[in-house]
Amino acid sequence: MTNSKLHSAIEGARDTLPLVFAAIPFGIVYGALAHAQGLPNWVILAISMLVFAGSAQFIAIILVSSGATLPVIVLTVFVVNLRHLLYAVSLIPYVKKFSQSLRLPMAFTLTDETFAVVYNQATRDNPTPHFAHYYLGSAAFMYLNWQLCTWIGLVAGNRFPELTSFGLDIAMVVAFIGIVVPHLKMPSHWACALVAALSGTLTYDWPNQSGLLFSAVIAIISGVMLENAFNKKIITKKEIS
Amino acid sequence: MNYLLLIAAMMAVTFLPRYLPFYLASKLQLPHSIEQALNYVPIAVLTIIVVQTSLFKEGQLALSADNPYIAASAVAFIVALLQKRLFVTISAGLVSYAVLQYWLSA
Repeated sequence: MTNSKLHSAIEGARDTLPLVFAAIPFGIVYGALAHAQGLPNWVILAISMLVFAGSAQFIAIILVSSGATLPVIVLTVFVVNLRHLLYAVSLIPYVKKFSQSLRLPMAFTLTDETFAVVYNQATRDNPTPHFAHYYLGSAAFMYLNWQLCTWIGLVAGNRFPELTSFGLDIAMVVAFIGIVVPHLKMPSHWACALVAALSGTLTYDWPNQSGLLFSAVIAIISGVMLENAFNKKIITKKEIS
Repeated sequence: MNYLLLIAAMMAVTFLPRYLPFYLASKLQLPHSIEQALNYVPIAVLTIIVVQTSLFKEGQLALSADNPYIAASAVAFIVALLQKRLFVTISAGLVSYAVLQYWLSA
C-alpha cells in the first residue's frame, strides 16, 4: 500500500471515530442481551462477525428468545436490512471503478455509519483519490470495534443494565445532522427532510423498522416530485419569455 | 433452533442487499429517474434515524425540555447551517449535550 492510500484509510477511520464511539454501548448491550437469552457464545460472536448488522442482530436475538420460527426471523432480518440496498445503489457511481475483489469486502461492511461517512466524502468538492481505501478504513474501524464490544458484552454479562442510557448515541445523531444539512441545497431537499422527519415520527412504533423503510420511500418520492414540478415551471417560464 | 442454519440465512439476507448493487455496478446503466431519486436517499434515511433516536426515549415520544437530545440536535442543526465542517458540528452538538445533561442533573 502506498503512503497516500494508507493515509486515505487512516482518514476514513478518523472521520468515523464519533460513530465508533456511538456504537460502543450497542455492541456491549447486544453481547450482554444475547448472553442473557441463553445463546451459546459461539453463536453470539459468529453473528457479529458474519452478519455484522447492528439493529438486525438485536431483533434476531429478541425473536430467537421469544421462540419465533426460522423463516420469521430471516424475513424480519431481511426487511430490517433493506435500507442497505438503498445505500448500496446510491454508492454505485463511486464503487464501479473498483475490482470485484474490493467491492466484496466493501459490501460486507456497509453500515449506516460507514455509508454516512463515505457518502459525505464522495460528494465533497475535493474527494479523496483513494475512495476504496478511505471506505475500508472507515469500515474496518467499525467492524473491529463491533467485535470487541460484542465480546465485552458477553464477558460483562448483565453488569451494565443502564448502558443504553449512557447517551453515547448523541454522537451519531449530531454526526448525521452534520452530514445531512450540507446536502439541503434545493427546496425539494428540504421537503424530503421534512417528510422524512414527520413520517419517521409517526411510524416509529411500526414493527421491525418497517416505518423507517416506508418513511424513506415516501420522503424520496416527495423530493423527486417537487424537483420535477420546479423544473417544469422553469422550463415553461423560459418558453413563455 | 439450528444455529448454523440461522447464521447462514441471516448472513445471506444481510449480505445480498448490500452486495447485489455493488456486483452489478459496472454492468448496470441506471435510468435517469433512479439516479435522481438516489440523491435523496441519505437525506431521507439519515433524517429518519436522527428523528427516531432523538425524539423517542425508551419507546415513548419524549417531546419535553428534559430530553437533552432535542436541544443538542437543534444546536448541531444551526451550526451545520452556518458552516460545513463536520468536526465543528459534532463538537457543538456534543458540548451542548454535555452542558444540558449536567444542568438537568444538577
